[in-house]
Amino acid sequence: MAKAAQKTGIVQAERHPALAGRNASAAHVALTALDPAERISLRAPEASLAALSKALGLTLPKKPKTSASKGGRLALWLGPDEWLVIDEAGGDPLADCAKVKQLHSAVGISHRNVAIGVTGPGAEATLSAGCPQDLSLAGFPVGACSRTIFGKVEIVLHRTAEDAFRVECWRSFSDYVFTFLSEAARDAAA
Amino acid sequence: MLLIRCPYCEEERPELEFRNAGEAHIARPTDIAAISDDDFEKFFFIRQNPKGIIYERWRHVHGCARFFNAVRDTVSDKFVMTYKAGEPKPSKLPGVSK
Ligand SMILES: [Zn+2]
Repeated sequence: MAKAAQKTGIVQAERHPALAGRNASAAHVALTALDPAERISLRAPEASLAALSKALGLTLPKKPKTSASKGGRLALWLGPDEWLVIDEAGGDPLADCAKVKQLHSAVGISHRNVAIGVTGPGAEATLSAGCPQDLSLAGFPVGACSRTIFGKVEIVLHRTAEDAFRVECWRSFSDYVFTFLSEAARDAAA
Repeated sequence: MLLIRCPYCEEERPELEFRNAGEAHIARPTDIAAISDDDFEKFFFIRQNPKGIIYERWRHVHGCARFFNAVRDTVSDKFVMTYKAGEPKPSKLPGVSK
């Protein structure tokens, strides 16, 4: 979108990310509103995956709860024919998919989602305050990802390191999620 | 909390991620405009509601979002087994003696 504005010379309205500047830290956890990123919701049948993987520059994972990442781009398995692709390196995954002739649906959702980083030795305990899944390293290893719930809302959770998670939620829910996480972080032991 | 095995996620997941979607294996009439009101009532409204083993549709709505089928005991609330949508009704159930 930024690129389109440069090309046409049209000045766009100033955007204010939903959680701009929100940060919180507790004894064992730090919460960070992550930078805006390009995101697409990708739906595709098995037969289209090779072409889409080639266009996106990473291999779309086929195993439940797994992810793939390469060069600042991330593909999260959400369902048997559904992925969330996130690009934090300034790429345009929507444009990459548009070149693919095989059947697929790619919808830009960059501004629908907001991402929150939860890091530190108490990160797992903080998320377990609202997420009913088994988030132990055995049950939810580094690289694991899942659509799930946190408190009253749906999130997509991705474990980026042993003590670091990325929480993706809809922007209108982000205030609730951030506040819930802040409360949980205060109670989280290492 | 109940743990429900999603046949698409291939693991047990917390019940909060799921939603019940009514009785399973109800075939939609091929020519729905041609059937009588009585037959439509049977298809659309009449359900078994058994005491004991029931075959249901469930949806992993806050997970992979897929519909699947589950066999559940309405007395104990225990899930006997789950299987993918479109698969036939299992003839043998694990751990059930009737
Ligand atoms: Zn599932």
